[in-house]
Amino acid sequence: MSNVNALVKNVGLPRIIIAMFLLLMFCAGPFFGIPTDTSVDDVLVRFGMNGVLVLSMIPMIQSGCGLNFGVPVGVVAGALGAVLSLELNLTGPLGILVAIIFGLFFGAVFGFGYGLILNRVKGDEMIIATYVGFSMTYFMCMMWISLPFQNPSSLTGYGGEGLRVTISVQDYWGGQLSELLKIPISSHLVIPTGMLLFFALMCFLMWGFFKTKVGTAITAVGSNPEFARASGISVDKMRLISVVVSTMVAAVGIIVYEQSFGFIQLYDAPRAFAFPSVAAILLGGASINKANITNVIVGTILFQGMLTLTPAVINSAIQIDASEMVRIIVSNGMIVYALTRKAR
Amino acid sequence: MAEDNIMLKLTGVGKKFDDVAVLKDVNFTLEKGQIMGLVGENGAGKSTLMRIIFGMNVIAETGGYDGEVFFDGNKAAFTSPQDALKAGIGMVHQEFSLIPGFTTTENILLNMEKTKPNVISKVFGKTLETLDMPKMRERAAHAFQTLGVNLSTDELVSEMPVGHKQFIEIAREIDREHVKMLVLDEPTAVLTESEAEILLAAMRKIAEMGISIIFISHRLAEITSVCDKIVVLRDGVVVVENSTAGVSVHQIADWMVGRESSADAVAAKRHEEKGPSGSDFVFEVKNLWVDMPGETVRDVSFKVRRGEIFGIGGLAGHGKLGVPNGIMGLSPAGGIVSFDGKEVSLNSPISALNGGLAFVSEDRRGVGLLLDEPIDWNICFNAMQVQGKFLKKVLGVVPIRDEKAMSACARQYIEELSIKCTGEKQLVKQLSGGNQQKICLAKAFALSPSFLIVAEPTRGIDVGAKQLVLEALRRYNRENGTTILMISSELEELRQTCDRIAIICEGKIAGVRAPETNAVDFGLLMSGEIRDDVEETA
Repeated sequence: MSNVNALVKNVGLPRIIIAMFLLLMFCAGPFFGIPTDTSVDDVLVRFGMNGVLVLSMIPMIQSGCGLNFGVPVGVVAGALGAVLSLELNLTGPLGILVAIIFGLFFGAVFGFGYGLILNRVKGDEMIIATYVGFSMTYFMCMMWISLPFQNPSSLTGYGGEGLRVTISVQDYWGGQLSELLKIPISSHLVIPTGMLLFFALMCFLMWGFFKTKVGTAITAVGSNPEFARASGISVDKMRLISVVVSTMVAAVGIIVYEQSFGFIQLYDAPRAFAFPSVAAILLGGASINKANITNVIVGTILFQGMLTLTPAVINSAIQIDASEMVRIIVSNGMIVYALTRKAR
Repeated sequence: MAEDNIMLKLTGVGKKFDDVAVLKDVNFTLEKGQIMGLVGENGAGKSTLMRIIFGMNVIAETGGYDGEVFFDGNKAAFTSPQDALKAGIGMVHQEFSLIPGFTTTENILLNMEKTKPNVISKVFGKTLETLDMPKMRERAAHAFQTLGVNLSTDELVSEMPVGHKQFIEIAREIDREHVKMLVLDEPTAVLTESEAEILLAAMRKIAEMGISIIFISHRLAEITSVCDKIVVLRDGVVVVENSTAGVSVHQIADWMVGRESSADAVAAKRHEEKGPSGSDFVFEVKNLWVDMPGETVRDVSFKVRRGEIFGIGGLAGHGKLGVPNGIMGLSPAGGIVSFDGKEVSLNSPISALNGGLAFVSEDRRGVGLLLDEPIDWNICFNAMQVQGKFLKKVLGVVPIRDEKAMSACARQYIEELSIKCTGEKQLVKQLSGGNQQKICLAKAFALSPSFLIVAEPTRGIDVGAKQLVLEALRRYNRENGTTILMISSELEELRQTCDRIAIICEGKIAGVRAPETNAVDFGLLMSGEIRDDVEETA
């Protein structure tokens, strides 16, 4: 019994419940006409698509800026990079590389401004971040319309001015990572090796970043800002760096998402990434001021697994679309759970 | 002494916090209309005693107290300050609890307003009655008259000098109906001398009205001049309960510090084993002011010799903690601080650290430690960030943490300082206070500082750990010749450890003495009864 208790304590009750639920869905799938290999494929793809976005939570959590509800700031930076790459008519590996470079650049610029704002609202970062994300999304809505883009495949069909709501990247660099080194296992299951390897690379870089002197200082700032200050560290500077890094990683994350999905989603869409990413890392066991790579991997698998499997299985089973309901309950429930357990 | 003339009687009162006894078997009586002076060093148990009498929640939450308190003939078991107020105990705290935007009258009569009925209140009840301002002003004026101060009843509290606010606080307490006893906690600390005199005169008047007063003050002259009797607390025990007639300030200081024999012996022994320090001054502070909340430093100058342990003592709130926090750039400060001939720029922690200074903060959990991180991180972090130790280059350029070196260093200190833990990867928050303090020392030692500042190194740790921590400091000083500046509220500890001791009173250095100096002298310096006018020479 004590072993069981220790296990529950180590792994965490929320993770055990969700993992059991996920397992149940896998087992139940075949009975409702959903082959297991399809389920596995869905989960792997969604995991690869969202992994980097969830990873972008780490720097800000570690520096004490809290959960990055301002993910949309990075998402619009990535989207801007993506449409600029299209604008240059670049295709293939070069296309996605340029998209990422532009995304990193705008991520750094936007992240800098975002970080300056967060340094002025210490203690209320998360609520302000939410609004910065909203504002940035709608500010960019104006930009999508008014910036002088030329590529016909990005422009609206009618009038020819302003960008479309969804732009297909299929002819440019769609699937550049997902298709790379892909391993077909069965007709329904293809392992997106390239995308998973890219995620692994990003994880490695993040892990390495937190091994450096700056990464160590950022962790200390998040752990105890007064301690860091007494050690001669500029708390504001470390927080700023963490916000910039988070925003840049989120920009890369959305490009990975877009190449797999096949579309760039503009206007309202960036808003939709904040809550799922936050919920995923929390589900993975992160707290408001501590997170690691394991939290990201476990959380993304559990959360995305639940999102993809539940609707499929439940819809076939009871013929009611309960997917949205489950998604909302779990993602918001997870966030509320984490906020009420705020340690200090 | 007739029983019915007794206002307050304590029999066998004791209090423990987590097995640490802060009060032991406290007995005293206070008669009606008497003024009792309560004195004692920091940590002697004064505040705890007042909390018990006033029924503060914190006492009940930590397991209540032993013994009995009798108030006005009845056994008092107040469960909240409201009960105590109702029974007739008034308390004036050091910090003001006044509403700045209200007038003096409104503040004094807050929640005790005089009202008259109007149409609405006849329907909806008494809470909606109109304020009867003329009557309220009358009450306030009466209270001021009692105190013997000349204050306007319509002035806004926000526009008054600090000294006057103190009178408002007291006026509020005595205006309460059936007030029988007042507790004044350091009421004169913020007053000028002439204001203090008015207050003392007012206290006499109040006492003549039959109200008893417990007067807490560190100004011993005030105690002897105004009080009828004096109770001295030392280490949670009443050492003296006496009439003040014929008692000198000197005598009280002696009672407060006491235990000189043991400290004297240690101080002498320490000198023998150490030998004289260097003669040149390595660290110099000139006209330092520090704006640290609750520990303001006004004008402090001192010099520290190479290789010595220089102590700074004084009562809480007088600025001794402001000194290190100002020097290390943690609180806004001004003045000149120089080390080894080079000026240390203030308001910048990094320049102090780069100058070879290291600091062990008095706020162990708030500033000193990363509670959520392992031991090796805590010990090595400063050295890594400030001096670039414990880093190795990857691909020749990117500096990353050298975990092996960190572990090795942490293990070395765990052994040297006998830190009790499961290993260098244990989280610091799981350690006991004493072991956490040793981590703080190790953190400073890892910087190999040429000048070490230690603030309150033994605060909140048990007796055994105290000796280990002090011994570690002495050894470090002896073996490495590091100059140490040690700040502590415990005089005995300073006398055991330091070569010279400066006492700070009201934000200024009152005097510098050798540790062998009579404890009474230190007591007088602390309470501001003696102040060396000459610039320190020593």
